[in-house]
Amino acid sequence: MHVVVCVKQIPDPAEPGSLDPATKTLKRTGNIILDESDSYGVEMALQLVTSAGGGTVSLVSMAPGGETKGLRTALAMGAADAILVSDPALSGTDALGTAKVLAAAIARKSPDLVLTATESSDGYTGTVPSQIAELMGLPSVTFAKSIEIDGSSVNVRRQTESGYDEVTCPLPAVVSVTAGVVEPRYPSFKGIMAAKSKPVEELTVADLGLSADEVGWAGGGQEIVEIAAAEAREAGRVVEDEGEGFAEIVTFLENLKVI
Amino acid sequence: MALDNVWVFAEAADGQVKTITLEMLAKAREIADEVSCFYAGDGDDVAETLGDHGASTVFATGDLDDALVGPPVAAALAAKIEADGAPDLILFGTTYDGRDVAGRLSAKLGAPVITNVVDLVVDGDDVAGVEPVFGGTTNVTTRFTGDAVKIVLIRPKSFAAEPAGGSAADVEDLDVPELGNTGTATVTARFVEETSGPKLEEAAIVVSGGRGLGEAAKYEMVEQLAKLLKAAPGASRAIVDAGWVPYSYQVGQTGKVVKPTVYVACGISGATQHMVGMKGAKYIIAINKDKEAPIFSIADLGIVGDVHKVMPKLIEALEGR
Ligand SMILES: Cc1cc2nc3c(=O)[nH]c(=O)nc-3n(C[C@H](O)[C@H](O)[C@H](O)COP(=O)(O)OP(=O)(O)OC[C@H]3O[C@@H](n4cnc5c(N)ncnc54)[C@H](O)[C@@H]3O)c2cc1C
Ligand SMILES: Nc1ncnc2c1ncn2[C@@H]1O[C@H](COP(=O)(O)O)[C@@H](O)[C@H]1O
Repeated sequence: MHVVVCVKQIPDPAEPGSLDPATKTLKRTGNIILDESDSYGVEMALQLVTSAGGGTVSLVSMAPGGETKGLRTALAMGAADAILVSDPALSGTDALGTAKVLAAAIARKSPDLVLTATESSDGYTGTVPSQIAELMGLPSVTFAKSIEIDGSSVNVRRQTESGYDEVTCPLPAVVSVTAGVVEPRYPSFKGIMAAKSKPVEELTVADLGLSADEVGWAGGGQEIVEIAAAEAREAGRVVEDEGEGFAEIVTFLENLKVI
Repeated sequence: MALDNVWVFAEAADGQVKTITLEMLAKAREIADEVSCFYAGDGDDVAETLGDHGASTVFATGDLDDALVGPPVAAALAAKIEADGAPDLILFGTTYDGRDVAGRLSAKLGAPVITNVVDLVVDGDDVAGVEPVFGGTTNVTTRFTGDAVKIVLIRPKSFAAEPAGGSAADVEDLDVPELGNTGTATVTARFVEETSGPKLEEAAIVVSGGRGLGEAAKYEMVEQLAKLLKAAPGASRAIVDAGWVPYSYQVGQTGKVVKPTVYVACGISGATQHMVGMKGAKYIIAINKDKEAPIFSIADLGIVGDVHKVMPKLIEALEGR
């Protein structure tokens, strides 16, 4: 059982984000971490390999500045190795360009199963998983709540608007994992130490056989034309509850004539 | 004006066209001379409603049995575009299936997708999408360049659905080519989680609970309050992840977008990802014991207090009416 997990490394969401007015991309100057959304995929992959009785979990990440901190976190959780695609040409790459890069990197690993998150925390286009699948000619199941390997196929509970569907799909396949469906393990001290010497293969766009004009701003077919402050919502009245807070709400609702 | 033609991905559930589809049709009518839909299913089931909302034609695949809709619909559209030419713009709702079809179609056509769009700006042939970022505090406008097909994913509640009074749309076949490997995922069973009261996306009042409730059992206070206000109960992701309530209750970026008259947030901090799902509410009431909680910065009425004290009294007062 060989699983590849796509993991995105993003600026720490705890620090306020901002767009670089010159490049119009998200500033990546602060602390870069493993996207929490992807920690569920890593955990899911580790569990699947364990219950399959063996195999490896490999990581694939694309990051313009050669960042590895988020990869090291996932390696410390138990992944075996990683491919990092890093190239200055990648700045401004859109979802389809990202999918092209990831698909080419994943193909080098010939996995049985590819896991992603349903959406990243900073980009949240939510289209990368099905784009990867289409580019690789694979079936895909998005929004997985649970995954079970059954011989040469995968059974997935796929989140729907009103509940879930049971979906079955032959391997290899791409599956996107919904946040919060497993409890990502904390890396142990031993894991953190081991992660330092695990192999991270660094590749450029050219190494993957892609040309620079398929990625970056050039490959995108879109440009940001305006960045503007949204109309702000004003704060209203804030009252300390001294036992009568509920009555404030009742009056408010009465004034709106909803009760 | 305007664009010549726009295609809209039509979706239906329980025999009813989804609100997101009707919202997109309202905008599509405004920006294009001709609006068509494409649909994964029997076109006759939706032709009347889609026509009433301004679609002249619906291209329908017919019953897809138990296939996931992403691969067949994307392949059928790509083949149709190859044969008959592309429309000026293709709109999808930000839904489970909408993203699947849009992603696959984009990869097939080498076409860019602009996602999370809440408004469209059309100038001649030029199309740009407005996307809120950083919890909706900043709007980024992105324009398509180049000649590829333009694909946009629209967030729910971005436009107001309104019938246009048209006659039923013409139904045309949308042929699904041989899919091979990509089409092999199939649904073997479907499960519907029970919900009571009005639908979250459509309710005039929404009462949501968050981690501040303390424990799963206390969510009952949210349900009681919702019932008394004829409201739909909702939730933050924190308590969905904790398993207190099903995912279908989640409000926010990865959950539902709601735009009720009144939104009551109980023990919710107001993380940016929660706020993008509810800041379109006309009035916001928040109960939170931390007066620094971000939710108070957008609440019309903020009660700094303990949910376990404020909510029972509120419930009692409303019961007595
Ligand atoms: C990619 C991504 C997508 C996300 N999507 C969503 C989404 O769709 N929806 C969503 O909601 N979140 C989403 N989140 C999570 C979001 O960032 C927050 O973690 C979440 O909204 C917090 O939920 P909460 O407000 O219930 O919990 P907390 O942030 O823990 O807040 C609990 C609040 O309760 C208050 N409190 C505690 N005790 C009491 C009491 N006794 N009485 C009154 N108040 C009390 C506290 O002061 C605090 O403000 C997403 C996160 C990521 C990274
Ligand atoms: N640069 C990247 N490196 C690795 N994985 C990525 C990258 N971008 C997107 N992904 C994967 O695709 C998922 C969906 O991303 P998105 O479509 O941007 O919301 C992410 O959660 C990741 O699992």
